[in-house]
Amino acid sequence: MRRHVCGFTLLACANAAAAATFQDALTPAGPQASHIYDLWMLMLWVCSVVFVAIMMAYGIALWRAPRSTERTPADTTESPARERRHVIAVSIATAVSTLGLFGLIVASVMTDRALASLPLGEGIVINVTAHQWWWEAMYDDHEPSRVFYTANELHVPVGRPVMVRLRSSDVIHSFWVPNLHGKRDLIPGRDLLITFRADKAGLYRGQCAEFCGHQHAKMAFLVIAQEPEKYERWAAAQREAAREPQDDTQKLGQRVFESGPCIMCHTIQGTTAQGRTGPDLTHLASRRTLGAGTLPNTRDHLAGWIADPHTTKPGVNMPAIALAPDDLHALVAYLESLE
Amino acid sequence: VSARPNDAPSASAPLSADEEHARLSKAWSSGPGLHGFLSDIDHKTIGRRFIVTAFGFFIAGGVLAALMRLQLARPENTLIGPDLYNQIFTMHGTTMMFLFAVPIMLGMGVYLVPLMVGTRNIVFPRMNAFAYWVFLFGGLMLYTAFLLNAGPDAGWFSYTPLAGPQFSPGKRADFWAQLITFTEVSALLVAVILIATIFKLRAPGMTLDRIPLFVWAQLVTAFTVMFAMPAVMYASTALISDRLVGTHFYNPAEGGDSLLWQHLFWFFGHPEVYLIFMPALGMISPIIETFSRRPIFGYTAMVVSLIATAFLSFSLWVHHMFATDVPELAKSFFTAASMIIAIPTAVQIFCWITTLWSGRLNFRTPMLFVLAFFFILTLGGLTGIMLGSVPLDLQIHDTYFVVAHLHYVLIGGAVFPLFGAFYYWFPKMTGRMLSETLGRWNFWLFFIGFNLTFFPMHNLGLHGMPRRVYTYPADVGWNLLNALASIGAATIAVSILIFIVNVVRTLRRGQRAPGDPWGAPGLEWLTSSPPPPYNFAHIPVVGAREPLWEAHGVAGRVEGLTFDTPMTLVTRFTDAAPDHRIIFPKPTIWPFVSAVAVAVLFISSIFTPWAVVWGSIPVAIALTIWFWPKQDENRESVALEVKP
Repeated sequence: MRRHVCGFTLLACANAAAAATFQDALTPAGPQASHIYDLWMLMLWVCSVVFVAIMMAYGIALWRAPRSTERTPADTTESPARERRHVIAVSIATAVSTLGLFGLIVASVMTDRALASLPLGEGIVINVTAHQWWWEAMYDDHEPSRVFYTANELHVPVGRPVMVRLRSSDVIHSFWVPNLHGKRDLIPGRDLLITFRADKAGLYRGQCAEFCGHQHAKMAFLVIAQEPEKYERWAAAQREAAREPQDDTQKLGQRVFESGPCIMCHTIQGTTAQGRTGPDLTHLASRRTLGAGTLPNTRDHLAGWIADPHTTKPGVNMPAIALAPDDLHALVAYLESLE
Repeated sequence: VSARPNDAPSASAPLSADEEHARLSKAWSSGPGLHGFLSDIDHKTIGRRFIVTAFGFFIAGGVLAALMRLQLARPENTLIGPDLYNQIFTMHGTTMMFLFAVPIMLGMGVYLVPLMVGTRNIVFPRMNAFAYWVFLFGGLMLYTAFLLNAGPDAGWFSYTPLAGPQFSPGKRADFWAQLITFTEVSALLVAVILIATIFKLRAPGMTLDRIPLFVWAQLVTAFTVMFAMPAVMYASTALISDRLVGTHFYNPAEGGDSLLWQHLFWFFGHPEVYLIFMPALGMISPIIETFSRRPIFGYTAMVVSLIATAFLSFSLWVHHMFATDVPELAKSFFTAASMIIAIPTAVQIFCWITTLWSGRLNFRTPMLFVLAFFFILTLGGLTGIMLGSVPLDLQIHDTYFVVAHLHYVLIGGAVFPLFGAFYYWFPKMTGRMLSETLGRWNFWLFFIGFNLTFFPMHNLGLHGMPRRVYTYPADVGWNLLNALASIGAATIAVSILIFIVNVVRTLRRGQRAPGDPWGAPGLEWLTSSPPPPYNFAHIPVVGAREPLWEAHGVAGRVEGLTFDTPMTLVTRFTDAAPDHRIIFPKPTIWPFVSAVAVAVLFISSIFTPWAVVWGSIPVAIALTIWFWPKQDENRESVALEVKP
């Protein structure tokens, strides 16, 4: 148990350190987000200069013009020389704006090309399916036995490209990890692809960015970018079947799981639980959050989540499970042993 | 100089002004009492009703916005749950777009266009009344549903399949789809009316190059409405038939397409933004002109820019969909179009600055609101350019950056000019001057509150906060900026309250306004404040673009219109030469009754498709009585015919 608390404290520390940056488009951690960041800085500068120029012309106009009242006679005189000066000024301003815009269009198209040219050799492929309101991830492989499932938490190797195939099982969602790339929708009936690469190890928060109903706000996920060896160790562990229960409490917990409603929706590899409606729980204890980023994955939160998920995430599709205190205790003990 | 229709009867002995007033008022007024109220077809009454009703919806939408800011003021707030929050933000967007912005802009047009072009009423005045009632009933339906906890909750954009039958059971999305039907019918009718009025009822001498810029803006907007609205009308009809009778337009499982909705919706949705923005551009010109004592520089460039904006607004819709699977080449095209549309607006801003540059300025409240427009809209326009870029859009799309951007362009681009217009034309509409002191408080609190609310949202979006979330975690670093935005929202609320106090106080005991309190150039200032039911005892003959400023701007008056029938002069489209006289229909209650029948049909069809069958019977009866030819009107018309 202490380990869990420690783990959570570590996570909390990491969060505190990264408080304002672990879901942030202005702190790029990969080439895609960097290209977009560069374009943003260019646009910001160009637009700022334009804004200041227009506000100066405007300010000077307000400052230099004499004051009047409603009774001041209107000045309808026309002076060809003045008119010509004004036409020239407006024409130059328009021409400069047009040229500036063309420059920005070119920069934008070039950035777009750079985004499309990420080298994809040695990449990993993840099939992400969005559900109301959680993320299912299937790590694909040529060998079917190496395929594994997880949910709401993607581990990726630093320095290697990641291809994410995006699908939706219900409504339109959008996959967005601002530190790594812009967003891409998951549209029912269509297969889309997003490719990115994390160049810095770290923990990046992502969130659904297309309004998808009731709990759109609590449909987050984590991307954990790790050194390739660490990633491979994690992937190997994920491919394993679930850990056998070690003691009587955990054994009772497994029985509660398999004889209760849990089994209708969840999978635990190596057991009879093979439901696919909810997240795969084979390695639940290795994940950092519960309820798609809603709660930190601690024993207390897990017990609360099982007994009453609707307090923290109203409207979530998981029903509240009424269990005797002993059964709940055993179930949580079992689930928290699934490293 | 006097313009005289070819077939005018020989002039009788001149009448005294009082006698003219009495006889014209009788000819153009509706009766007293409730029946008269429901039968009224005067464009000023209908325009005022549009404006007041839409402003009421603005307050309702504002209260919803305040509730959202209250919920988001701190992280993990539990004040409002997701179910109510989703209804609230959907209602806020729907209200502001469909029940406030479009109707109030069209309402300003309905009120002001006939006065500005120098005629006595709008064409098809009964249809105009019908359009108002349909709009009112649609809005009431939506808010009744909301109060019964059946408010739509799939966003003002109602993306399928979320708004489809599978993921939005119940009637919430149906109320939304039917609201669209109501407001579309209303907006399309008003668009037709405005176009016909501007084409055919301009005072003689108001050639195309003398049409006031406000009227040009209304004309271009009306055409935009005519081309944009059918797309969403089709889209919402297909949605409601998916929901009610089991069609599969948007169901990918049965060969439909969930992206079809987005194309249709945004093909309407982007021009929609411009048809809110363009009338506001039209309001800025007369205010700048009046308070800088100079005609607007570059009239032709202004008109061409408006038309260019309207055209380009139809080629931007995909920039709402860059994160979906749109082909790369298409994206580049829409990037270019999205950026290029900044040019016509820039040209207009340059022309206005030039006008200010050579003018003599008077900083009254209407002018302050318009001057704030330059600051806010320029910022909003520049962030719009950023959103037009595909790569950048992929990061900031559907984040608070977009919330900031759209409020900068819609509040800065439309609501600030609109408030300027309220202060500017209030004396004309009511005969009383709004308080200048309260006006300044209203303005400064609004300006400061607005920037405090929406500027931090740019940063929130860049720091990763998505839109349409009812809460957010405490550890992502969004707390301070959200708190600031909520304080700003409170400031805006205070400023709007001051505006309401100002209006109520002024209506009770405000200073009386003369016909032309501002020394303004337009024809609407030629008549009394408020204008009589017939607008002008004698239709003016226009001799210049700024008729009240030029020596021969009002070059004469039209003779030969009768005083005892609602008659006005029809002129030709291009040169505004007199064409013929027309007798207007009389006030009648049947547009109101027809609107009730139509509302019953629309609302019942939410519950059963058979309502379309049975509901059409009362509609047919009401319309038949409305359009039944009246013998006495025909006799009157024949009696007034004159041989050439």
